[in-house]
Amino acid sequence: MPTFVYMTRCDGCGECVDICPSDIMHIDKKLRRAYNIEPNMCWECYSCVKACPHQAIDVRGYADFAPLGHSVRVIRDEEKGTIAWRIKFRNGKKDMELLAPITTKPWGSATPKLADVPAPSKEMRDSQLLFNEPKYIRMDDGGLHTLQSNGLEIKKGVQY
Amino acid sequence: MSYQTIIEDNIDILVAGAGLGGTGAAFEARYWGQNKKIVIAEKANIMRSGAVAQGLYAINCYMGTRFGENNPEDHVRYARIDLMGMVREDLAFDMARHVDSTVHNFEEWGLPIMRNEKKGSYLREGRWQIMIHGESYKPIVAEAAKKSADKVFNRVCLTHLLMDESKENRVAGAVGFNVRTGNYHVFKSKTVICGAGGASNIFKPRSVGEGAGRVWYAPWSSGSAYGLMIEAGAKMTQMENRIVLARFKDGYGPVGAYFLHLKTYTQNAYGEEYESKWFPELQKMVGKEYLDPEVSHRTHRPIPTCLRNHAIISEVNAGRGPIHMVTMEAFQDPHLEEIGWHNFLGMTVGQAVLWAANDVDPKYENPELTTSEPYVMGSHATGCGAWVSGPEDLSPPEYFWGYNRMTTVEGLFGAGDAAGGTPHAFSSGSFTEGRLAAKAACKYIDDGKAEGIRVSDAQIARRREQIYKPLETYRVYSNEVVAGSVNPNFINPRQGLDRLQKLMDEYCGGFGVNYMTNDKLLNIGLKKIAILGEDLEKVAASDIHELLRAWELKHRFLTSESVFQHTLFRKETRWPGYYYRGDAMKLDDKNWHVLTVSRRDPKTGEYTMEKAPLYHLVGDVEKAPPEDHH
Repeated sequence: MPTFVYMTRCDGCGECVDICPSDIMHIDKKLRRAYNIEPNMCWECYSCVKACPHQAIDVRGYADFAPLGHSVRVIRDEEKGTIAWRIKFRNGKKDMELLAPITTKPWGSATPKLADVPAPSKEMRDSQLLFNEPKYIRMDDGGLHTLQSNGLEIKKGVQY
Repeated sequence: MSYQTIIEDNIDILVAGAGLGGTGAAFEARYWGQNKKIVIAEKANIMRSGAVAQGLYAINCYMGTRFGENNPEDHVRYARIDLMGMVREDLAFDMARHVDSTVHNFEEWGLPIMRNEKKGSYLREGRWQIMIHGESYKPIVAEAAKKSADKVFNRVCLTHLLMDESKENRVAGAVGFNVRTGNYHVFKSKTVICGAGGASNIFKPRSVGEGAGRVWYAPWSSGSAYGLMIEAGAKMTQMENRIVLARFKDGYGPVGAYFLHLKTYTQNAYGEEYESKWFPELQKMVGKEYLDPEVSHRTHRPIPTCLRNHAIISEVNAGRGPIHMVTMEAFQDPHLEEIGWHNFLGMTVGQAVLWAANDVDPKYENPELTTSEPYVMGSHATGCGAWVSGPEDLSPPEYFWGYNRMTTVEGLFGAGDAAGGTPHAFSSGSFTEGRLAAKAACKYIDDGKAEGIRVSDAQIARRREQIYKPLETYRVYSNEVVAGSVNPNFINPRQGLDRLQKLMDEYCGGFGVNYMTNDKLLNIGLKKIAILGEDLEKVAASDIHELLRAWELKHRFLTSESVFQHTLFRKETRWPGYYYRGDAMKLDDKNWHVLTVSRRDPKTGEYTMEKAPLYHLVGDVEKAPPEDHH
């Protein structure tokens, strides 16, 4: 559903321009505010809507199949680790609020820095194992699956 | 033109496109190459790029061996039957034996994975899927990739790979341009891991006008994985194996959670079960080995996705459409109703918008389903992509040439959509493939395979000129006409895309012809697409944004040409419901129980096609799946 930007809310900060995966949120040079330059390449992914610090961006369903008068709004909060949605139907009969977590850890804190972990041994390099393996495969001391360990053969031809 | 040339030199590992495959590669490369120079180039912003930009509500590939659920060979068997036998089982097994460790890492990084409170295991949607609150799936994994990379070049669209001039058929980096500054970027690198995307928008979409962006796969998935690698002369496999999706009409909202978790089901417009009546005829087309409803019922062996599509397509053609998803029963339970909506908000917000706009409340009406236009990709229920080496401990000789996930171009690796023959990898499997490719790329460098690479200034200058040519074409010819988009000297990227989509739809089996094609149509299509290729030399771009669209179009074009060649080569109907060869309407295991492999000669543009043998894992015993997934 193509995005659009409310004139009075946008201050031209460019967060939407920076995040849009489709490169369609651009700043209008005269008005110094953002707008959707190519609605037919919009996936309604809401990346820009979520990134806008002023809730200036909204979505209006595609003109070719979505009637007017609906609303799906969102606030994503990294500090709280939540995303809050509100869906309103065109006929006003349904008005839903839905909340979901977006992370279980303080934002950005839990990803490892692999430059700082102990370097892999030669044995590890020569094996089929990846970082954190074999431990993380089953969270126990078991090894990696192989054809031999699983009693398998790989055979040419028509097999079902 | 005053754009600068910016050279990034001495790169060990260049990640070309950082969706789930690319982020996996960048992340893991740091572990095996702690002193190596790792660089990411991505045409958008890695925090929201690739197919998972919007988020996901499920991880569709997780074995759960830790909870006694599935082993890697179970996954292989599932992918094999779903793809009508056509899978690189070495690659599938390899991905499956590592994928759980990827998912366990994700959980540690903060990705909320739902738990089955009773069992303590992850909450299953189906046998393979686990449910997540994945709105921030991409930013979380991108954070990990960012910590591993030396540099991330966001908004740099890669257009070509660089080739070594001291050794034939060896990669030397990549070039592209910054979609903000317009500057020319040159990345000289010992290896390239291609994590770029598959292709949406090459077949005419059902949506029209403003809605043309409402495609199933992201509109920014421009087939660049294939465009980059085909142009460099890498062999491709299974490019005929496009996928058609049965999804909620217009919004293409996902159906997996509905079928598996909410236990909804489909019926025709008159409230009848329709699927089983098409199966006897279909069984004659594909054989009992691939479709046996009784066996499927008894053993939980799935009916292949394409064959279920076939039933929908046939029923609609018989005049009993539309097909409905029966939601009215499940949605009476407020908990399940909430999951139904969360499922859309987590990965296809547009479907929620569409139902809100149309006042579709699935509690009180059964929404319509449709079959989509075809897509070309390699990580969902299809396996298009590059012909890559498998791991040394699993792969037979025809599938092994030294480095896991390396293409037939030395030093060029593939992950996610880029790696062929590995369907059902989805997000977690794509990330895992990136990790496997990264380890192998580090080994390739450590083995001294990337010594003495030479890239001449002439190659760099030649690519620069090519990249900006659409801007130059516009500058030279646009003032020849008063105004408007009609010009006898060029076409703009949108016009070129429309032409490509119409051609693919009509000659290569799009929705407009009920997914039907034949040798005659394909040959006409090949002639027409060759001429489109000539006209694409004259594509014009009025600004840098349009230049991005011009290069996406060129990648889509190379992808499409390959799809034509592969579709013509495989003279059978292997996947009814994905497409039909009218001149060979049966599955033909005698002649076509093989993988198709192609190569486009970079100098002449000529295609050569070959058959590669299929290998299957045998000797294992099917384990009964857990009866209750909840």
